[in-house]
Amino acid sequence: MSWIIRDSRLNGFLFLLGLLGVWELVAEAGWVNPLIVPPFSKILSSFFSLIESGQIPWQILASLKRSVVGYLLAAAIFIPLGVLMGLFDAFHRGLEVIIEMLRPIPPPVVVPVAVLFFGLEDEMKIFVICFSCAWPILLNTIDGVRNIDRVLLDTARTFGLSRQRIMWRVIVPACSPQIMTGLRVSLPIMLILVVISEMVGSTDGIGYFILDSQRRFKVAQMYAGMLALAILGYGLNQLFNLLSRLLLPWHNRKVD
Amino acid sequence: MPILEVQSLSKTYRQLGGETTFAIGNISCQVEPKEFVSFVGPSGCGKTTLLMSIAGLIAPTSGRVMLHGREVTGPPPKLVLVFQEFNKSLFAWRSVLGNVRFGIEARGNRTREAEFRARSLIELVGLKDFENHYPWELSGGMQQRVAIARALAYEPEVLLMDEPFGSLDALTRLELEDTLLRLWEELGTTILFITHDIEEAIYLSDRVWVLSRRPSQIIEELRIDFSRPRNQVATRAETRFMEIRNRIYRRISNERAV
Amino acid sequence: MNDSRTFNWSGWLALALLLFLWEYGSRLNPKLQLYIPPISQILVTLGQLISSGQVTAHLLITLRRFVEGYLLAAVLGVSVGVILGYFRFAHSLLEMLIEFLRPMPSVAIIPVAILLLGIGDSMITAVTVYASMWPILVNTIDGVRYIERTLVDTGRTFGLSRPRILWHVILPAASRYIVTGLRVSLSIALILVTTAEMIVGSQGLGFFILDEERSLHSSAMYAGIILVALLGYCLNRLFLLLESRGMKWRRGMIAREAN
Repeated sequence: MSWIIRDSRLNGFLFLLGLLGVWELVAEAGWVNPLIVPPFSKILSSFFSLIESGQIPWQILASLKRSVVGYLLAAAIFIPLGVLMGLFDAFHRGLEVIIEMLRPIPPPVVVPVAVLFFGLEDEMKIFVICFSCAWPILLNTIDGVRNIDRVLLDTARTFGLSRQRIMWRVIVPACSPQIMTGLRVSLPIMLILVVISEMVGSTDGIGYFILDSQRRFKVAQMYAGMLALAILGYGLNQLFNLLSRLLLPWHNRKVD
Repeated sequence: MPILEVQSLSKTYRQLGGETTFAIGNISCQVEPKEFVSFVGPSGCGKTTLLMSIAGLIAPTSGRVMLHGREVTGPPPKLVLVFQEFNKSLFAWRSVLGNVRFGIEARGNRTREAEFRARSLIELVGLKDFENHYPWELSGGMQQRVAIARALAYEPEVLLMDEPFGSLDALTRLELEDTLLRLWEELGTTILFITHDIEEAIYLSDRVWVLSRRPSQIIEELRIDFSRPRNQVATRAETRFMEIRNRIYRRISNERAV
Repeated sequence: MNDSRTFNWSGWLALALLLFLWEYGSRLNPKLQLYIPPISQILVTLGQLISSGQVTAHLLITLRRFVEGYLLAAVLGVSVGVILGYFRFAHSLLEMLIEFLRPMPSVAIIPVAILLLGIGDSMITAVTVYASMWPILVNTIDGVRYIERTLVDTGRTFGLSRPRILWHVILPAASRYIVTGLRVSLSIALILVTTAEMIVGSQGLGFFILDEERSLHSSAMYAGIILVALLGYCLNRLFLLLESRGMKWRRGMIAREAN
């Protein structure tokens, strides 16, 4: 079997196919309870019919709507805050203790608070996502601003640039890679928290859909929902990579 | 009876793109026990590949290496290689003492006597006060000394050294050259040394082999018989020192120009 | 990032100011008190809950699930990670599978776990293990795979056999990556345990917090949140303590890298 190269993607692809094949056989033969693990083909057909019927796109859209708003809100609040904290040490020290108190709170336990304030509406999820994405965005922004080389700033000053222009022409570009890192780290957090908040308290969204399918024992649907979620996650990653390459073409960073 | 024999060694690499690199052409040489020999040559001529092959870390394409009359097919037990990049070779998670002890532990010796030996070696390389320091706390020269002490702790019969002083500043280099010679004379190890510094090679060795560019071959062998112990001032001041140096330099320049 | 050189007066002052505003803002606005009760009330409730033992049971249950899930994830993650990092063929087989599973948020596995294991402890432990395993696995694989060639060759030239090289050279060298993975998993494990408890409702702090919210006992809810945050904080400090003990040799390097 000389075509099995030691270190190639082909191996992984074939192995995956093999696994799916085994899954299919085992499920069809009834060796696993088909009510718990249906054949993969059934899951796929459920997936495609749900897409056709518009169910999955609808749920994904619902989740996407609220998660993107929460994410952008976090960016809009915490990037400027991070820049201010990075630039002005006094400001940073002032807020430091409060932030360190809030940080250890695991994001999911904020959900009940959000439900208390906002009920089961979109605002609830937006609040949760905004809170959860805050820390990576904030901390990375602060880091990025603080780590700007003094030499860079001095160079700008010797060129006689005004403070405003220094801000936009030097500081923002210089710390944008780090800000991007914060945004990149927050992306999976956004996805996780939208699913959690939908599972705990919602009437729609992909997270709700998966849990609800399970509760109604519509098992193939449940797995189809998970598949959709995985694709969504993958798609968002690729989109982010693309955007970051467009916005920061000079900076070469690859996302896992 | 030579302790080490290289017989018609050659090494070719096949790159991923399909390109072939002829690293070593056809090298044959013999090393007598307790000798100090050096290889010099233009950069990129395959000196490291040669040493790695002799050390049994790379398999030759053809030819063979004989240690004590037996063929080398993997890292042989009485031989150790000191790498050029000491910062990538030292164990960051062990102290200086820990690193040197590793050389002894590698032989299966974990007794109290081993610890004592490690400490005396550390003292021999001049790092007595730094036993409990970690590599990142030391300068480049000190790190290389740790690597040398670690190699010697292994009690090898043959020590291979791949441009060990290449990344150090000139003064540290001179200091370490003398340290090495002192250790060599005390321990009676056979040493194969690679360097791009011609004068260093002449200063340290009994014999110097000049290598051509890739695929490397031995284009000249010179016997160096200045008296020992060598002296940084006296030895280098001898007229013959410069003559030999110029001869080698011209040979290498020709190789580079071609 | 922490300027622990001098005491952060302004920071603590700011916190005190915030708490002050909270307390009196809440007291002066009775309508607000349901959503944001006075901090004094929350603390009193917290004290009551602890002394009556009401919440301690939940805390211990959450802690137990966390420890079980995290430790199991650590053992599995490191061992599988070492195998996949060391044996390139095995890694090439699983690489694509890993690539496809990674983008899916681990919490989505909860409904499947409920189907397979019901709504008890084993289900919660299982999802915790699944989610926590990823960072450990990935970091361990990377740490073992990308080991410096020179380091391995050093082990070889000293005549070490392959297993001894793995144990004496590769694992110590990979340890900083492994520890990073273990640290990230700490938060993830706590997140999964509390989430599962909220969704499934079988005791534990996650359940407690949600339950108190549903009964509109907001003080108790906030008290529970404070408790969870404290738990997370203590676990983190414990980890840092163990890390600095076990990785003495890194302490100086970390300090230097931080500057």
